Parts: sequence; structure tokens; C-alpha cells
Amino acid sequence: MFESFDALFLARAQFAFTVSFHFIFPAFSIGLASFLMVLEALWLKTGKGVYANLYRYWLKIFAIAFAMGVVSGIVMSYQFGTNWSVFSDKAGPVIGPLMAYEVLTAFFLEAGFLGVMLFGINKVGPRLHFAATCMVALGTFISAFWILSVNSWMQTPTGYEIGANGQFLPGPSWAAIIFNPSFPYRLVHTVIAAYLTTAFVVGAVGAWHLLRDRANPGARKMFSMAMWMAALVAPVQIFAGDMHGLNTLEHQPAKVMAMEGHYQSHPDGAPLILFGIPNSAEKRVDYAVEIPKASSLILKHDADAPLAGLDTIAEDRHPPVGTVFWAFRIMVGIGFGMLGLGLWSLAARARRKLYDWSWLHRAAIVMGPSGFIAVIAGWVTTEVGRQPWTIYGLLRTADSAAPLDAPAVAASLLAFIVVYFAVFGAGTFYILKLMDKPPEPHEEAVPTHGPVRTAGITPAPAIEGGQP
Amino acid sequence: MIDLTIIWAGIIAFAVAAYVVMDGFDLGIGILFPRFPVGRDRDMAMNSIAPVWDGNETWLVLGGGGLMAAFPLAYAIVLPALYAPLMAMLLGLVFRGVAFEFRWRDPGHRRFWDFAFCGGSIVATLAQGITLGALLQGITIEGRAYAGGWWEWLTPFSLLTGLSLLIGYALLGAGWLIWKAEGALQAQARRMARWLLPAMLVAIGLVSVSTPFLEAQYYQRWFEWPGVLASAQMPLLVAIVGFLAWRAIRNIGQKGGRDWMPFFLILLLFGLSMIGLAISIWPDVIPGRVSIWEAAAPERSQIFMLIGAGVLVPVILGYTIWAYWVFRGKVDEAGYH
Ligand code: HDD
Ligand code: HEM
Ligand code: HEM
Repeated sequence: MFESFDALFLARAQFAFTVSFHFIFPAFSIGLASFLMVLEALWLKTGKGVYANLYRYWLKIFAIAFAMGVVSGIVMSYQFGTNWSVFSDKAGPVIGPLMAYEVLTAFFLEAGFLGVMLFGINKVGPRLHFAATCMVALGTFISAFWILSVNSWMQTPTGYEIGANGQFLPGPSWAAIIFNPSFPYRLVHTVIAAYLTTAFVVGAVGAWHLLRDRANPGARKMFSMAMWMAALVAPVQIFAGDMHGLNTLEHQPAKVMAMEGHYQSHPDGAPLILFGIPNSAEKRVDYAVEIPKASSLILKHDADAPLAGLDTIAEDRHPPVGTVFWAFRIMVGIGFGMLGLGLWSLAARARRKLYDWSWLHRAAIVMGPSGFIAVIAGWVTTEVGRQPWTIYGLLRTADSAAPLDAPAVAASLLAFIVVYFAVFGAGTFYILKLMDKPPEPHEEAVPTHGPVRTAGITPAPAIEGGQP
Repeated sequence: MIDLTIIWAGIIAFAVAAYVVMDGFDLGIGILFPRFPVGRDRDMAMNSIAPVWDGNETWLVLGGGGLMAAFPLAYAIVLPALYAPLMAMLLGLVFRGVAFEFRWRDPGHRRFWDFAFCGGSIVATLAQGITLGALLQGITIEGRAYAGGWWEWLTPFSLLTGLSLLIGYALLGAGWLIWKAEGALQAQARRMARWLLPAMLVAIGLVSVSTPFLEAQYYQRWFEWPGVLASAQMPLLVAIVGFLAWRAIRNIGQKGGRDWMPFFLILLLFGLSMIGLAISIWPDVIPGRVSIWEAAAPERSQIFMLIGAGVLVPVILGYTIWAYWVFRGKVDEAGYH
């Protein structure tokens, strides 16, 4: 089945496949860890049982999502070497330390406190347990910090020197490497994306149970919390995305040209192409629906500003336009959809109908998975848009790959596809099964695991769930 | 002037050693898993490692990530060279990692996830052992890249190291359960340890005898002055520790038996084996091919990471010990609720 593909293509396909799968889980667990932290804080502060129950309800789901994030992540840390060995050799001195810091500051923190968070409620007392939850949440954020710094450096490399053997070497200042020009934007936009993704999942689960029982206190609470997030954070995300795009225009103009579908330059005001079919052979967008001059207005804040197109860039430096164009529109479309749902929930809230409007609940269920789609679409925009480079403008993807035989990569790619769909499919199914159960007034903790009897210590009071 | 490269070689070696002993015992429990009766015993065996396995596996990430950061050239050569076993290891770790959660979630398919837990552990262990063997026997390099085929790793020697590691991890797992379990499960772990320990000693012997003949470098190390000093001591030390471990295992359940003792003596055996390896390999990062200085990252990278590692590794060890402490004592099957 793979005979006609070369090892480079297969390695790219494998990397894209495994990292896309991996990112689905962190996108959820970064948000969910923070949500759990908020729930436990509210419980400690108010003593209301509904928070303790929601905590336990989502903790079970978190445990599964986190396990999948970890195992798919371990695969990622080895893929750099197995599939992109030339890249690893050349860029290792610069990005390797950042990834080592990620392990030291984030992964150990998460893993070290995860056991206590999942199984230690009765062993350490509520405050220490809350501290463990905070550490896990902090770990997920730190993890995003470092890995996004690495990725951003590959997009907008700064602070490096080129060694005699062709290696990228760190310059005198690590801050110049870590805080490279696109990093702040990418960090903000991606972390908000994780929060939104989680909020829409939580909202959908709340809505699902509201449709069955409007009085369920857990369902009401989570739906309300999620809709606040949607209403308040979706606009922030759109703003952050816009800023991110302006930053990209400055540093990676070819990517923005592909996103916009601008094959040609527009000396006096470029149109915003809403939809159309990019035709790279003819260098035009077929069936385009355009708003005249709007693109210049968005990107340059001046309707008549000239905007360069792909015709100003050498052909062998063009990213694939179609993929980038469509992925970008999917993400932006979902962003506005999220905003719409948030506004709708505000309207319902104003009329005190938040728990009664069943069409709002149905819409929230439909939007449940939208965050995942937006996140993957966003990454496809970012990563495909930077092609043909792995280190932008400096190292080509074609020159980054490992010297592997195509059959070896084909076999492993096939194995990853089969295993990931089977294993993570099963995990998703278990998560959905848990979500299908309504939050009960006395939620159980993470099951059967790990009880360890400790001689001579009276178990600290467990988080007790009661009626709200 | 202190040589940062040597310090980094030490740190990576420490990460790998920490990984081997920590994930070793929880992989070992996976290897032995099908031998435990379904139900209470399996649940207890699983429970004894559920809170710590993720932290244990993180040392593997540090080993890989640290190698890329401190010795990028080695990372870039070794990983493609061992493509097939590494992919098998990663997939094995996927199966066993998710099994921790999935087996509780789906009682109808618990048998399948138990099988995945065991199978994943065995595949991952074999792959790690094979990786070690393949590195010891030498890989083909041209310029700054791997130049061999994608089956080069497969030889009788690498299969021997794979099998040896399987026995070793299983023994560690049995030792852990002797420590953490009681009653029937502990008794069974003890029975297993009684035949795994001799098997492990045989494996250590076989690997030690074949290694010096793989490469002239190893041979010189072990049979010429001053290495011969160590070679004379190592078998003796291994024999002594092996004997002590045998006695400790025998005494379990009797007067004077200490439940934690076998585990720590087995750890000591692992420690000796790793010292032996270090004697063969030093100062190479790819044995017989690339020295640590040839592969080292520039000084700026080393210093930057050393600051982090110097502060953070002790902190990590601190909270890791705390996490183990929280779950100290014997496991039992009663839930938290
Ligand atoms: C819930 C997820 C989500 C939502 C609703 C949006 N984005 Fe996004 N976007 C991401 C999640 C994301 C992401 C996954 O986090 C990306 C991929 C890489 C990155 O930095 O963020 C991304 C990348 C990304 C890029 C590419 C930057 C680059 O590669 O240099 C741009 C220009 C935007 N986004 C702009 C927007 C705009 C204008 C949105 C408003 C509607 C929007 N995004 C909504
Ligand atoms: C987690 C979300 C991410 C997703 C969904 C994602 C997606 C992708 C996709 C689709 C490609 C293939 C592009 C192509 O070949 O046309 C790719 C390539 C790549 N990405 Fe990402 N990526 C993500 C994060 C990262 C991060 C954090 C890094 C760096 C640390 C990274 C580094 C790379 C590298 C090295 C390649 C291979 C070279 C290339 O084809 O450009 N990616 N990624
Ligand atoms: C190619 C790039 C990536 C690599 C090499 C990578 C590597 C890893 C590894 C090794 C783990 C397991 C850690 C453990 O053992 O506990 C992991 C988990 C995790 N990663 Fe990634 N990762 C990548 C992309 C990303 C991105 C883009 C993000 C977020 C923005 C991210 C966030 C996380 C988080 C939060 C976890 C914890 C587990 C979870 O929450 O599901 N990773 N990653």
C-alpha cells in the first residue's frame, strides 16, 4: 500500500499523525487540570458538596485522558530522533535543552503528583491534596510553555549561531532563544485554546444531562461554568488569534499568503477571500467569495495598503496553499461559532433561562468536540504553512529526515495507525461512557485502585460529597 | 577546569539507571502478571504500582530528551539505528500504560487489557534489552549518520541481552511484590523469585562472558591491566550479592525475614551489572564508535542545562520520595471508599 511513497513522505505522515493524536489529549488535559483545580478550590472554600462531586466526576475522566496523553507523548519524544535525526543532530544543541527543561520542570511534576491526586484523597488530607492538584495543573502549563517555545523557535529562529559542522548552536543569550518572536503569541493562543476546548466538552456534558434532568445540580453547575468560559474567553481567543496572525505576517509572510489564498500581489488593497477553491496550478482561487479590501484592512489596518502575494516568493518556497487555506477557515469558523454560543448563553442567562432552553443545550452538545477540531486545524495551518522548512528559512524538511528505509517507516506508520485508533478509540469510548452517566450526589473516586494501608496513621478526612 | 561533558555523561547514566530500576520493577509486574490469579491478587499487584508508574516512566523521557540535549549526535545516530526495537518499545508502552486505567473501566474486557498490560510490558522490556545488546555489539556509522540496515540490531547476542533483561525485570517485580504484598500474593512472588534469581545470575554470566569478545576495546578493558583488577572482583561481588539475595528470599515468612531485603539486594545486583557495563563502554556514548566528547553539545548548552538539572533533580527526587512515602506500607485490596 505504501510502495509509491518515499521515506520522507512517510516520516512526515507518521510525525503528523502521532503529534496530532498526542495533542488532542493535552488540549483536553491542560484545561481539565485547571478546571479540577478550580473545582477543588471552590470546594475547600465553600464546603459545598456539588463541587466535590464534580471534582470526582471529572477526575475519572481526567485519569483516562492523561494516561493517553502520557503514552502518546513518550512516542513523540523519540520520534524526533527516529524520524528526524538530521534535524536532531543539527538543532539538538538549541532545542534539546529546552525539551530537557520540559522534562525536568513539567513532566516530573505532573507524574510525581498525579498519583497523589488520583489515589491519595484519603491519605494526605484535603489541603495537601489540593496542592497536588495545583502541581499537576501547573505541570501541564509548564509543559505547554517549553514545547511551544521549541516549536516557535523552529518557526521564528533567533538567538542562534551556526557552528563549523553545520550545527545550530546557542548564542550568548538563552532568553533570545526561548522568547523568540512568535512564542508569546503561540503560547497565549494555544493555552486559551486548551481552556476553550475543555470548556466546550464540559458544557456539552452538562447540556446532555440537562436535557434529561434539568434539576441535576451537578449538570447545572458545570453547564453554567462552561458557558461563562465560552462567553468570556472566546472573544479573547479571537483577539489573540488576530494578534498571532499579525505576528506571522511579519515573520512568515508566505504562510499568511497561503492562509489568505493570495497568489497574486494586490498593490491597492487586497480582498478577504471568505471561501473559494485554491488552484495552485493556475495560481488563483476559483469560485472565490470576496470582500474587497478587507484583507488589507485586517492585516494592515488600512483598506488601501498594498499586500504582497505568493508571486513575490520563489516557487520552491511556497507552502501547500489548499491545506493551509482550508484548515485556517475551519479554525476561524469554529472560533466564531464558539463566540456565537457564548453570546446565546448570555442571552439565556439574562432571561434566567440558562437551564431551560433546550435548543441552547442541543447546540452546546453539537459544539462539544469543536475545540479539538479547531486545535488540530490550527496546528495544520501552522505546520503546513511553514513548509517547506522545519527551521524556517534555514533548514528544509527534506534535509531533516533520518536515513531510514521506506519499508521500515511504512511498517511503523501502519502499526501506529492501527494501534492508535484501537487503543485511543477504546479510551475515547470509555470517556464517553463516563460522560453519559449523570453526576451523582455521591460520586465515587477513581476506582478500585490503589489502596495502600498505612499503619499508625488515621486516614485524613476524605473529601466528602453531600447535597449542594 | 571541570569537564562538563563528563558530568553530563554521569547525569545521563544516572537517568538511565534510575529508569532501569524504577520502571524495571513495574514492567516486571507486567511480565509476571498472567501468573497471578484473576481477581484480588491481580488487582493488588496492579494497585501497588498504579500511583508511581508514570513517574517511573518519566525517567525514560529524561534519558531520551537528555541524550538529545547533551549528546545530540549520539541521539541522531542511535535512534534510527534502533528504529524497529524502539518503535516496538513505544507501542508496547502505549498498551501497558493505558491498561492501568482501562482495565477498571471495562470489566467485560478486563482479560484483554490484562493481556495488553502483560504483552506491552514484555515487548517493551525485550526491546530495551535488545537495544542494549545492539549498542554493545556496535552499529555501522558513516560521517554523522547511521549507515546500517534496519535489521542490523538483530543478532544472537542482542536476543540474549533482551532475554536477560526480561528475567531481570521480572525478578525486580517479584522482589517489589515480596516487599509490598502479603499473604498468597507475597508467597507466590517469593516462589517466582526463587527460580528467577538463579536465572538472572546465569544471564549475567552469559552476557559478561560474551561481551569482551565483541570488541577489542572491551577485551582490553577486562583482561589487561588495570581492568583485570575489576574483572577479578566483579564475579565475586555478584556471587556474594546473589547468595545474600537467595538467603533473603528464602527467609521471607520465617523468623528474621525482612520483606524489603530481597528487593534491595536485587537492586544491588542491577547496580553491579550497570557498573560492569560502564567499565566496558567508558568513555564512549556509542560503544566503540563515538566518544562522549565527540558527541557532546556545546558548552553553552551544557551549562544552561546543568543549572536546571542541579537545582531540579534534587527537587524531583524529593517529591518522588514523598510520593512513594504517601503510598508506603503493604497494599491491600480495600478501596478508599
Ligand atoms: C480552540 C481552538 C482555537 C480557536 C477557536 C482559534 N484558534 Fe487559532 N490556533 C489554535 C487554536 C484555535 C492553535 C491550535 O492553538 C494554534 C496552532 C498553533 C498555534 O500557535 O496555535 C492556532 C494557530 C493560529 C494561527 C497560525 C499562526 C502561525 O502559525 O504562525 C493564526 C493566524 C490563528 N490561529 C488565528 C486565529 C483566529 C483569527 C481565530 C478566530 C476566530 C482563531 N485562530 C481561533
Ligand atoms: C501538538 C500539536 C501539533 C500538531 C497537531 C502538529 C502538526 C504537524 C503536522 C500536520 C505536520 C506535517 C506538516 C507537513 O509535513 O506538511 C507537522 C510537522 C512537524 N512538526 Fe508539528 N504539530 C504540532 C506540534 C509540534 C511541536 C510542539 C513541534 C516541536 C517541538 C513540532 C515539530 C514538528 C516537526 C519537527 C515536524 C516535521 C517536519 C515537518 O514536516 O515540518 N510540531 N506537525
Ligand atoms: C512534538 C512535540 C511534543 C513532544 C515531543 C511531546 C512530548 C511529551 C511527552 C514525552 C509526554 C509524557 C510526559 C510524561 O511522561 O508524563 C507528554 C505529555 C504531555 N504533553 Fe506533549 N509533547 C509534544 C507536544 C505537545 C504540545 C504542543 C503540548 C501543549 C501545548 C503538549 C503538552 C503536553 C502535556 C500537558 C502533557 C501531559 C500529559 C497530558 O496532559 O495528557 N505536548 N508530551
